[in-house]
Amino acid sequence: MKENEVLVKVEGLSKKFCKDLKTSLWYGVKDLYSNIGGNKNSSMLRDKEFWAVKDISFELRRGECLGLIGHNGAGKSTLLKILNGLIKPDVGKVTIKGKVGALIELGVGFNPILSGRENVFNNGAVLGFTRKEINGKIEEIIDFAEIREFIDMPVQNYSSGMKVRLGFAIAAQMEPDVLIIDEVLAVGDVSFRAKCYERISELMHSCCVILVTHSMSQVSKICTRSILMHRGQVEAQGNNGEVIEAYYDDNHIEDKPTLVHSDKCFLESFNINENVFKGEIKNLEIDISVISEIAIDEIDIGIFLMSRELIPICQVNSKMFNKKISLQTGCNRIKFTIDELHLNTGTYKFALTIESLNPNKIYLWIQNLNPIKVFNKFTLGSPIIIKGNFS
Amino acid sequence: MELETRIYQRENKLGFLKHLKESFKDIYSSRFLARQLAERDIKAQYRQSYLGIIWAFITPLATAAVWIFLTLSGTIQVTETGIPYPLFVFSGTLIWSIITEAINSPSQSTMGARGIMNKINFPKEALILAGLYKLLFNSSIKILLLIVFIFLFGIGFHWSLLLLPFGIIGLLLFGTTIGLFITPISMLYNDVAKIISMGLTFVMYITPVVYIIPSNGLMREIMQLNPLTPIILTTRDLLTGSTPDFLTYYLLVLAFCIPLFFIGLVFYRISIPIIVERSN
Repeated sequence: MKENEVLVKVEGLSKKFCKDLKTSLWYGVKDLYSNIGGNKNSSMLRDKEFWAVKDISFELRRGECLGLIGHNGAGKSTLLKILNGLIKPDVGKVTIKGKVGALIELGVGFNPILSGRENVFNNGAVLGFTRKEINGKIEEIIDFAEIREFIDMPVQNYSSGMKVRLGFAIAAQMEPDVLIIDEVLAVGDVSFRAKCYERISELMHSCCVILVTHSMSQVSKICTRSILMHRGQVEAQGNNGEVIEAYYDDNHIEDKPTLVHSDKCFLESFNINENVFKGEIKNLEIDISVISEIAIDEIDIGIFLMSRELIPICQVNSKMFNKKISLQTGCNRIKFTIDELHLNTGTYKFALTIESLNPNKIYLWIQNLNPIKVFNKFTLGSPIIIKGNFS
Repeated sequence: MELETRIYQRENKLGFLKHLKESFKDIYSSRFLARQLAERDIKAQYRQSYLGIIWAFITPLATAAVWIFLTLSGTIQVTETGIPYPLFVFSGTLIWSIITEAINSPSQSTMGARGIMNKINFPKEALILAGLYKLLFNSSIKILLLIVFIFLFGIGFHWSLLLLPFGIIGLLLFGTTIGLFITPISMLYNDVAKIISMGLTFVMYITPVVYIIPSNGLMREIMQLNPLTPIILTTRDLLTGSTPDFLTYYLLVLAFCIPLFFIGLVFYRISIPIIVERSN
């Protein structure tokens, strides 16, 4: 086994789809016949057609992992289907060496009436295993899926998690040279997900991987490089950090604040003294004005910083300080200063909550406030940087 | 070890024979998958039903019963068939049902696998083969039933019964060949399956299934031209031990079916990506 051989080579790949079902079917009939005589004008768009994938090229060697990102409808799944040999490209060429394994959807073709064990044989056969191979692996599959107790029960009584586990356990037995993964791992409970990752990273040593995902942390953790697709075309390609930034620029969530909940309290203004930082954040002053219709005794103010995926990454609450804050009827001004915070390169947004402590009741919850930008020397996977020293 | 290299591109550079060779290679390599798929369908079908196997032959028997009733009650007059009329009708409808099932088999198998076809890459020939396995299973039940009738009606054993397996293969070859050509188009348009099932009910009446070829008139001409006529008649003759009248035409039709079957296989093979693209 050569260490660095090119396993996947994609050259100028394009695929067109039709927007209209009836027309699409009619083109299908035409293609059935033009197919017999070889190709004709397949590089031209016909009426109502568009390029679902346009002019994609890349190479992948053993041991590499390519992340495919892009928002819904960017053509990622179409590209995967072509790579998996399910549909044919219209222009360009794909050369794949070795065995292809695809984790596109788990447990496909499970028959609900048959038992788990019978379905292992069916699904295994579809994935290309021989009877002997499955007989040799069935115990391992059952153990991996952790469903020994239920293996002879009809699959229709399985929970969706159990089905996925069984599906993955079967697929995980593949020993592919090229592994195609389409977001299947976003399911199952935490411990099983961890097990899946473990198995995939095991597989990754000996093959090359193409991973479609929406999780940028996954990209920066697993992939050696990535491609951002937009409307079928490559928008950015190469280094993870740059591609991820381009993804966020492309996937712009509106900068308008979103009001999640409001009850007798309104945010009048939320001001910060700086919004671009090089390196650490220091002495960031936040000035909040809240208009309240009633007086509320003893409130808790929560200030959050959220990632662009709107996941809270750090927070501060006024109840942690020994200072009682109350809201008066009318305008209230609240100030907070962030002394020091070390964040990774990226854009972050504020969120604000106001609730009374006694009784516990939410009065205001507003997010997507005041984006700030942080630039560091490196782009890393996790949002918060630990301050400390190596010695 | 040299890795297998696959190239996906639009240009259809492979010639017919290359495609056929690949097709046969895939048929061979998908033996286990095909058996597994057939087993799955048969098991699932019977596990969820009380009458089970009876469904395989209840429709042709019911059709036959209607015709027997119509003749016995004197509602219609059927020309003398040479063998007991119930046996004639039973054999006709059962053989006919084998043919129609064979015609529908490739498109049914492919339709049933739509969900996995656009998720997993597996040899699609397995679907055809699985369909054939299921046909063989259902046909052998029908044939056993027919042999029981043969003895019940006092025809008894005769040597041509031993040729019956070849007759069955002929039926399946004929039906599957037609089915292969229909499948790609019927995967695109639902209309095709409906037209076929409607068309077949009409075709049954221009084929000697429940009555013999009339001695004169337009119907005689049509029936004698109909390629299904020799298929039905010769298989029935094997069953009852009569002298096959249409043997030459029968062999001609089958000889014609063999190359057509290969063309159908290749047509099916190259059509699959177009179908997968349009079925979600």
